[in-house]
Amino acid sequence: MSRLLTMTDIWIEGRSDEVWNPIINGVDLHLNKGEVLGLIGESGAGKSTMGLAAMGFCRDGVRIAKGSVNFDGIDLVKASAEVKRGLLGKRIAYVAQSAAASFNPAHKIIEQHTEGPTQHGVMGKSESERDAMELYAKLRLPHPEEIGFRYPHQVSGGQLQRAMTAMAMSCRPDLIIFDEPTTALDVTTQIEVLASIRDIVDQFGTAAIYITHDLAVVAQMADRIKVLLRGDEVETQDTRAMLSHPKEDYTKSLWAVREFKRPQKPPVHDRATPVVSVQGITAGYGKIDVLYDVSFDIHEGRTVAVVGESGSGKSTTARCITGLLPPRKGVIEFDGVALPLDYRKRSKDQLRQVQMIYQMADTALNPRKTIGEIIGRPVEFYMGLKGRDKRRRVEELLDQIELPADRYIDRLPSELSGGQKQRIGIARALAAEPRFIICDEVTSALDQLVAEGILRLLAKLQDELKLSYMFITHDLATVRSIADEVVVMKDGEVVEQGPKVEMFQPPHHPYTDLLLSSVPEMDPDWLNTLLKERGVDNIGDAAVQKMD
Amino acid sequence: MNPVFKIILQRLALGLLTLFIVSVVIFTAVNMLPGDFAEAILGQGATPEAVAAIRRDLGLDQDPVTRYFQWLAGAVQGDLGNSFAQANFASFVGTEGSANMASVANQIGPRFWNTMFLAGVTALIAVPFAVILGILAALYRNSAFDKFANMFTLTSISSPEFFLAYILILFLAVLNPMLPSLSNIYADMGLGERLEKTLLPALTLTLVVTAHMMRMTRAAIINLLASPYIEMARLKGISPLRVIVKHALPNALAPIINVIALNLAYLITGVVVVEVVFVYPGIGQLFVDSVKIRDIPVVQACCLIFAGAYILLNLTADIMSILSNPRLRHPK
Repeated sequence: MSRLLTMTDIWIEGRSDEVWNPIINGVDLHLNKGEVLGLIGESGAGKSTMGLAAMGFCRDGVRIAKGSVNFDGIDLVKASAEVKRGLLGKRIAYVAQSAAASFNPAHKIIEQHTEGPTQHGVMGKSESERDAMELYAKLRLPHPEEIGFRYPHQVSGGQLQRAMTAMAMSCRPDLIIFDEPTTALDVTTQIEVLASIRDIVDQFGTAAIYITHDLAVVAQMADRIKVLLRGDEVETQDTRAMLSHPKEDYTKSLWAVREFKRPQKPPVHDRATPVVSVQGITAGYGKIDVLYDVSFDIHEGRTVAVVGESGSGKSTTARCITGLLPPRKGVIEFDGVALPLDYRKRSKDQLRQVQMIYQMADTALNPRKTIGEIIGRPVEFYMGLKGRDKRRRVEELLDQIELPADRYIDRLPSELSGGQKQRIGIARALAAEPRFIICDEVTSALDQLVAEGILRLLAKLQDELKLSYMFITHDLATVRSIADEVVVMKDGEVVEQGPKVEMFQPPHHPYTDLLLSSVPEMDPDWLNTLLKERGVDNIGDAAVQKMD
Repeated sequence: MNPVFKIILQRLALGLLTLFIVSVVIFTAVNMLPGDFAEAILGQGATPEAVAAIRRDLGLDQDPVTRYFQWLAGAVQGDLGNSFAQANFASFVGTEGSANMASVANQIGPRFWNTMFLAGVTALIAVPFAVILGILAALYRNSAFDKFANMFTLTSISSPEFFLAYILILFLAVLNPMLPSLSNIYADMGLGERLEKTLLPALTLTLVVTAHMMRMTRAAIINLLASPYIEMARLKGISPLRVIVKHALPNALAPIINVIALNLAYLITGVVVVEVVFVYPGIGQLFVDSVKIRDIPVVQACCLIFAGAYILLNLTADIMSILSNPRLRHPK
């Protein structure tokens, strides 16, 4: 096999506060023609930086300090801007994480597709348009003749991601960098995109660097896997060898994350009053209903996971329970007593009992308040503690979330890591001493190891404080590890609910089946097997049809 | 209904409402000016009878609410009333002379078109100049060119208008007699001559309004350069100029259009100093003179025109910003 890309002893630095800090420390990388290399690691590992460096590109405030990037005989570090522009898009292409953000909102999709080929002089505009339609058809986009003439906002996320892959293919490059192309998608959509990408890469013999933090995904896509940790290479191996015999401890720990599982709790007493009981709520925004007759109970000390794709009504249900969005119909009971539907009509004590933890700890914490102030606020508001008592309570809470109080109490949120910020979010919810907490996708913005820490903490707190959780998530691995009961939602309705054990054992509702079977597994043959089962031609659609 | 159409109708209705509120404010404010026309014209020796006679003659003795609705009814029909200063006071000369009273429309009309002409010429020079300068400054950001462009436009906006005007007169009319330093234009002038006479004030105003528009263009574009779709365009090997013009500019239009509209409104309503320096017969001078002699109908009419210009331009800017957003132009 002939060598396409050789990156030797790459050192990359990023500038912050007038100082150059290391991002990548002397990593080597090579890629043969037609080969797919998986690049994995947590956020901050330098995966994207490394992927962009393979294109000779650095973001603003980032520089390649040392090393060479040899692409087919051209050193991209030393090459002039003109030489690199001639290669980018034409011989090396890029597929970004968020297609919705990476397509220009002002132009039609196909105009952006044909821009590369026409600017590089590869094809004329009409030829490139025809080619685009063929690629759209190959990538199984609906209405391939017509879809390109829409604007990006008129097309769904999964379709956009495939359109972006088509765009990367527009000049038939030798190398494509895929930067987390499916991270922002639902599991069911992810499968379609993964299959499409793999097909087209195979078909044109394109080499690819596939960047992701999801091991199961990379197992389906890559021939070889390289693990990065804080800018250092941990190990590189062929995919199968890596999955079966990871050598380094860090790699093993990545593999182990998915093994955290809580023991099954005894069934709830028949006549026990549920802490929260949602009974037949119908709600919507404006004139449009998005929730239809949703009912479920949450018992003391239990976790109910609410799962479903984006748009299925999970977060709207949470907004109804908190009273932010009064439902049009239905009753919400707390401890057997009906709650006023509008939060403004609830008593302070009723408000205190229901707390929330948010997905984005970054935006949920006031950046100008110290940790002590953030947690102290509900302590004072609900518990009426002031001065030394308040500070002592805040210290207790910090202790509960396993952050040393003396070191963190006076810090600002910006001085904490993502996982620590999420812990502060938990402490703030605990400060009200609630009996029920809604966790809205609390781990989906976190790396697997950090997410596992948060899940373990939540489980520990539940045991200590007899808390009830409503756990909103689209990640079934999380459900498997933490839930007692599962509620599956689709298009604003509950399609199936029951104890976790039953949910993960057949027979399922067809939609649950689709969700479950779409979660990537570590087995490198998983995608192949699944596609064969579902009928290769029209994966997602076939599954949906089967269901209807 | 197309949502864009609906939004435009809403904005139009809001614009009309604003204009109505402004007319109330104008009327109240003008009537709160100390002293009135009768006192101003008759001087210190006026007898109370003479003052009262003139007031009666001009209708100033009626209560303000009645006068407001009379004025509003006239204004809606295009009749802005008669100028006090040009009036032929019937009660004084003893004849029925009201037919000779000069209407406000006749007095303002030619001046208004002169102002529009000056504003138009300035806009044709200043807007493309500022936007192109802004694009180039964004393209070569932090370069010597960028710094020079910023410094130059900031200096020109920070200098008083009359100072800029005299500097231009010094260089373009006195030291190198290329352009006339006086812009006294007449109704029957040819377009060429008119342009020649208008050029110096137009250049002065260009210097005044460029900075704002250029800096907004630059800032709006640079703001977008960190967005993922700009990075994507760069990673497709697109040239830097094309990245800015084709990928950043269409998304930066809304703030740029708004700043352009504000500056165009300024060109219509705020140019009195430049008019005075170049003796340009525009509406600004007429306005200031009319305030001095309490010629209330003219003052009100000018105010209404200014307000109308502001509202119309901002409305246009709003509508164009909406049209520049593909999400609204092409709903799902």
